[in-house]
Amino acid sequence: MKTSNGVVAAPNPLDFLNLDALLSPDERLVRDTVRSFVNDRIKPNIGTWFDEGRFPRELIPEIADLGLFGMHLEGYGCAGASAVAYGLACLELEAGDSGIRSFVSVQGSLAMYAIYAFGSEEQKNEWLPRMASGKAVGCFGLTEWDFGSDPAGMRTTARRSGGDYVLNGGKAWITNGGIADVAVVWARTDPEDGHRSGAVRGFLVPRGTKGFRTNDIERKISLRASVTSELVFEDVRLPADAVLPNVSGLRGPLACLSEARYGIVWGSLGAARTCYETALEYAKTRIQFDKPIGAFQLTQEKLVNMMLELQKGQLVALHLGRMKDDGKITPQHVSFGKLNSVREALAICREARTILGASGITLEYPIIRHMNNLESVLTYEGTSEIHTLILGEALTGIAAYK
Amino acid sequence: MKIVVTVKLVPDTNADKRIDPASKRLVRTGVETVLNPFDEYAIEAALQLKDKAGEGTTVTVVTMAPESGKEVVRKALAMGCDDAVLLSDDGLAGSDVWGTAYALAAAIKKSGFDLVVCGTQSTDAITGELPGALAEFLGVPGLTYVRKVELNGTTLAAERETDNGYLKVSCPLPALISVTKSIGEARYPSLKGIMGAKKKTIAPLTLADLALDAPVGSVGAKTEVLALAQPPAREKGKVVHVADGAEGARAIVDFLKEKKLI
Ligand SMILES: Cc1cc2nc3c(=O)[nH]c(=O)nc-3n(C[C@H](O)[C@H](O)[C@H](O)COP(=O)(O)OP(=O)(O)OC[C@H]3O[C@@H](n4cnc5c(N)ncnc54)[C@H](O)[C@@H]3O)c2cc1C
Ligand SMILES: Cc1cc2nc3c(=O)[nH]c(=O)nc-3n(C[C@H](O)[C@H](O)[C@H](O)COP(=O)(O)OP(=O)(O)OC[C@H]3O[C@@H](n4cnc5c(N)ncnc54)[C@H](O)[C@@H]3O)c2cc1C
Repeated sequence: MKTSNGVVAAPNPLDFLNLDALLSPDERLVRDTVRSFVNDRIKPNIGTWFDEGRFPRELIPEIADLGLFGMHLEGYGCAGASAVAYGLACLELEAGDSGIRSFVSVQGSLAMYAIYAFGSEEQKNEWLPRMASGKAVGCFGLTEWDFGSDPAGMRTTARRSGGDYVLNGGKAWITNGGIADVAVVWARTDPEDGHRSGAVRGFLVPRGTKGFRTNDIERKISLRASVTSELVFEDVRLPADAVLPNVSGLRGPLACLSEARYGIVWGSLGAARTCYETALEYAKTRIQFDKPIGAFQLTQEKLVNMMLELQKGQLVALHLGRMKDDGKITPQHVSFGKLNSVREALAICREARTILGASGITLEYPIIRHMNNLESVLTYEGTSEIHTLILGEALTGIAAYK
Repeated sequence: MKIVVTVKLVPDTNADKRIDPASKRLVRTGVETVLNPFDEYAIEAALQLKDKAGEGTTVTVVTMAPESGKEVVRKALAMGCDDAVLLSDDGLAGSDVWGTAYALAAAIKKSGFDLVVCGTQSTDAITGELPGALAEFLGVPGLTYVRKVELNGTTLAAERETDNGYLKVSCPLPALISVTKSIGEARYPSLKGIMGAKKKTIAPLTLADLALDAPVGSVGAKTEVLALAQPPAREKGKVVHVADGAEGARAIVDFLKEKKLI
């Protein structure tokens, strides 16, 4: 930025490359709005929520008022924002906490997106406006206890019985499961379904349907301000119109995952940014050997490396966002971003942890909370290993999963 | 019902402020411009009145600021205001309270109004005098430091904060109020608001459109800044050493009495 006397201003440690200038005024306004919401409503209390292992349900209406649920979808009460705006919102939310961002991702990119992309007009009208306004919470059930990275092996079945479907089996590690009003459940149908034999189909299972129950997963040390649950289906009878009519096969859930993964490309960098900023401030004020620890070369190198990766990651995220808005992104591009962002974000948080010394391990500072949260983010939505294999296949043309 | 909110665009409140010793004006280049934080309460008050009144009530933002202020005005539109007027002209540079109020009054009269809502003060010049001057130029009742406001037909009822309580007052419309923080936390712009703001109009206005009778800008200024000085450094706090709590309490009470605070 040029000042009035023509001198180029020194780089800002919090936005070294002035990436801000790459955003449109609207995009900056979205970012600033979500950032002030997170500063006002999340940061002051998140340590306590994490400590208590509680997701702050009371925030749902406020997040809905901001218009963040399904914000990148069009119509049905959704804002129709760009992919970049959606990414910026994810980043700011996750600068608060990965659990809060996860809630918004699952609601918008997994549950609402599934209905939006593959649902009937009736299903969209029934659920999307209620979900956009936060009056209904959604979850997305793909993973099972025995099938994580390899969902094609799933054992949950939807058998035809007269005009109905009967669901049996269970899903594991489902974000929002215990608080969801509607579960999008992926299950294997039987051959006489009329579609390809044994195809995976998506079903909308409302809370309270007979035979459907949930058990929350306790004793987590990561994503504690987020509900993670098991879904159990015992002879759950669903009417024929519970099926998502417009998709068949794993293509359906994978398309939803690609949406949510895109949000993580940005989101995880938010956690990293908070850790970097905290470490930078700490390094300038913490005195040891009569000097701020930021005066030691070793500390400076850590800060510089953190800043480099954070800025590079944000450039990649923005580039992918522009590609997505141009309709030119592929799942492999998203894998590039998810793998890089989460891996580097985790490394940044761990480095920040060392700079804070003992203070880094308490909930008084955000570091260890973000660090632990990112362990989940590294695993869900495709583990780092799986994304490596996706990219490996894209490079060599050889699939190495099996 | 037409509500006008006046907002000032000010340098980022967190940035260090510098005064140019030659012009004795605030240096505004290189510093991010934001909505005057006090004016967010004015917007909130106007939008609350609109929410209550429903259909047929509009909120227009009026600001006197450089052309580049457009981006900041969008935030007010994203919060829910219907449209905006941006009064911009090189001839307005260097306006004092008198000139600012005079020009703003002309712009507001031009767009029409039933109620004008101002903030209590800006965060840069902080005179807090503009609302009073504006009411005078508009020729309407001006109720400043309002913490609660209600509209009943063509009457406005308000509570005005004072040093030791509040006054219940009312006046006929059209009128002007300036509102305090107690009006309620300003809402966040919503995603839909931000998207919708793009389609709302920010009408440009220049001095030529206003055809004022008196000169404004630095030539028309009635005040002149003679000198600038740093505020005196804060005095050191007083430490009292006492034997017990009772004696300490007495020392505090004596101190407060001496300062005429109790
Ligand atoms: C907090 C949290 C929330 C979640 N929320 C949801 C949700 O809302 N909905 C949902 O459906 N799921 C959800 N998940 C599940 C998540 O998607 C799975 O955990 C993930 O897909 C990995 O599956 P897994 O845990 O069974 O690990 P596994 O698949 O058993 O993998 C274990 C390890 O083996 C590696 N591995 C597996 N296969 C290969 C291979 N071919 N080559 C090399 N390495 C391999 C993995 O990378 C990993 O390191 C959530 C998980 C967590 C932790
Ligand atoms: C260092 C310095 C010293 C100054 N000293 C003087 C001085 O002594 N005398 C003098 O007359 N001027 C002075 N000025 C000029 C001053 O900036 C203008 O008078 C200004 O436009 C109005 O005053 P204010 O910012 O104090 O508004 P305030 O009266 O503090 O603002 C109250 C409300 O008025 C409205 N408002 C104010 N300005 C605008 C605007 N431009 N557009 C729309 N609404 C607005 C807002 O709703 C605001 O909340 C000085 C400026 C500087 C930088």
